[in-house]
Amino acid sequence: MEEIKPDRSINIKGLICPYTFVKSKLAIEEMEVGQVLEIILDYPEASRSIPKSMEDHGHRVLKVEKINETDWVILIRKERE
Amino acid sequence: MEFTDEQIHRYSRHIILPEVGGKGQKKLLQAKVLIVGAGGLGCPVGYYLAAAGVGTIGIVDNDTIELSNLQRQIAHSTERIGMPKADSAKMTFEALNPDVMVHAVKERLNKDMIMDLIKDYDIVVDGSDNFPTRYLVNDACVMAGKPLVSGAILRFEGQVTTIIPREGHCYRCLFEEPPPPGLVPSCQEAGVLGALPGVIGALQAMEVLKLILGVGQPLKNQLLIYNALETNFRKVKVPKNPDCPVCSDHPRITELQDYEAEYCQMRF
Ligand SMILES: [Zn+2]
Repeated sequence: MEEIKPDRSINIKGLICPYTFVKSKLAIEEMEVGQVLEIILDYPEASRSIPKSMEDHGHRVLKVEKINETDWVILIRKERE
Repeated sequence: MEFTDEQIHRYSRHIILPEVGGKGQKKLLQAKVLIVGAGGLGCPVGYYLAAAGVGTIGIVDNDTIELSNLQRQIAHSTERIGMPKADSAKMTFEALNPDVMVHAVKERLNKDMIMDLIKDYDIVVDGSDNFPTRYLVNDACVMAGKPLVSGAILRFEGQVTTIIPREGHCYRCLFEEPPPPGLVPSCQEAGVLGALPGVIGALQAMEVLKLILGVGQPLKNQLLIYNALETNFRKVKVPKNPDCPVCSDHPRITELQDYEAEYCQMRF
């Protein structure tokens, strides 16, 4: 499978909801449509809620992956302003 | 501008709304709103606008706080009796949110200064308690092209309407001239149940936030009437009057005027 290269990456480890989503949303607002945001987080609830909220806002979830004992990586492609 | 961590926390419930987001919050922080009156309506309007992070708020009032105000004017307090209402409102709003700059204008609005005052603001809110001010603010906003969110309360009933000059109606399309003083409720009749201005003021604040954010439909060409006893809201259509004395294409009123009629001086 082709490796997706993010245009921007944020590390929100240590943050809990709703600030996980607030930070992610602020980051994606500043990006261009079509660009990919990488989010690294360690709050288990957010690994489910962020993809869902991003889809509700009209963006595309490209990947949700647990990368070690504590952390997840999520890739979101901005689909609309 | 970048948000501080404190701002991200303070405005998080705005930022997560798709209709607001960081962009909308920045619009709020850059907005300038003038509130006429720091009484029953001006208190909740200013309180909610300050909480929402409306960056610049002007508040015009030349009265001082009296004990009888405190039954409904929630930005003031018992220990501030005697203090100018505009100063008290500034203290309260800035204490709620240090992002907000409040300009206290301790003057009674008049035709000679209103145009100069409103030119620095994006939106005007009328929370005044008397017809002379209501008509003066309407005419000035029409002439200056400033959106105006107007509110009024009496006893158990309140009204809200949003005037977008040239696009929609104005207050004179609704009531061409102020009523004669004899038809205005006397002091004995002019009671108000304390939470009523809270309901109407919160509706006015909501109209202002929508205008700033550019979301939803403003109460343009409409008057919203709230009856507290029956707990109902009615919307009445208010078409733009093609012969309106101030907002039509051929206005009769082209200069501001101060009405000096003897209305009941009781303050809402
Ligand atoms: Zn009109």
